[in-house]
Amino acid sequence: MARIIGGVGTTHVPSIGKAIAEHKEKDPYWSPFFDGFHYVHQWLARTKPDIAVVFYNDHGLNFFLDKLPTFAVGAADEYRNEDEGWGIPVSRALKGDAAFSWHLINGLVADEFDVTMCQEMLVDHAVTIPMALMWPGGGICPVKIIPISINTVQHPLPSVSRCLKLGRSVGRAIESYQQDLRVMVVGTGGLSHQLDGERAGFINKEFDKFCMDKLVSDPEAIARYSITQLVEESGAQGVELLNWVAMRGALTGRVSELHRNYHIPISNTAAATMVLENQAAAQRKAA
Amino acid sequence: MRSHAIPGTTLFDDEQARKGYALNRMCFSFNSAENRAAFLKDEDAYCKKFGLTQEQRAAVKSRDVLKMIAAGGNIYYLAKLAGIFGLNVQDIGAQQTHMSVDAFKDKLVAAGR
Repeated sequence: MARIIGGVGTTHVPSIGKAIAEHKEKDPYWSPFFDGFHYVHQWLARTKPDIAVVFYNDHGLNFFLDKLPTFAVGAADEYRNEDEGWGIPVSRALKGDAAFSWHLINGLVADEFDVTMCQEMLVDHAVTIPMALMWPGGGICPVKIIPISINTVQHPLPSVSRCLKLGRSVGRAIESYQQDLRVMVVGTGGLSHQLDGERAGFINKEFDKFCMDKLVSDPEAIARYSITQLVEESGAQGVELLNWVAMRGALTGRVSELHRNYHIPISNTAAATMVLENQAAAQRKAA
Repeated sequence: MRSHAIPGTTLFDDEQARKGYALNRMCFSFNSAENRAAFLKDEDAYCKKFGLTQEQRAAVKSRDVLKMIAAGGNIYYLAKLAGIFGLNVQDIGAQQTHMSVDAFKDKLVAAGR
């Protein structure tokens, strides 16, 4: 049976892609962020995941406002990246696992999450940057991905509570997959930031800390926030926190925090990285 | 009313989505290098092709991001337009908050203290 080994949350700011391309990881501006990934690399080397289920939001690469799904699941064996129009280098394609994707889709729809199914799906920087951060060097990514897109662009957005439940449904589906796979879940974006309006540059350190704490111990405490409250506390684009919440929801076992890095600012954003370990009930019994 | 619930913030809701459709659709086209070049070559013709409203055309002409948002623009799409002019999110953040880029960057750093 497939097993959920844990989750990673990370910021996906586009300029990180440029910094990687220009080898700026050790620059004083960038190192407080990139150094936070040393632990992640060790964890990945130790846990060796086969699959990464990635909750993210598309910023106008695969989806436009003409047809914008609230939740969409990739069901392809390969996901390409393309020019996003803001100068980030195009990344190499990532491998998918269509059979695993369809298993998740079947589970989600049976659970009344009526997702959009995508046999072709471009993935933008919100997927490619986290993968490049976790597996640096520009080589072929050793895991297959299942991209799950959450609408954080066009209001009405799904509620925090709904995204937590979406994650839980994904978690149950992963654990019912027959193949012996090690699965990690990833939530990308955030944390607090706002790009638009006179409130541009808004960052909320206290609220971010609250969210990182509660993601581990009590995600329901975040789920009590309305989207408007979330915009107020986290900024108009800080709502990408929904991806982190879904990631946390997929961790169905006993969750503990292994690592946290938080740095202000990267671009206009409070940058955060977390590693959460998931000890499944079956594992605990065996141990 | 919804748009003004949070000061300095325009939620990209149904009203904004309807109002801004032509502008956002044009900005979406800037994913293609060929289209970015076509815009630079003949901005008027390019905007006309996408049927921008007068307000949207004037906002684009003025390069004023707050005006583009007032005309229904969504920041993720507007960022693709800003990219054509070599502007990043600190540049447009500074513009929208009427600060110098250095002062805007200092404000971000100060948020971490």
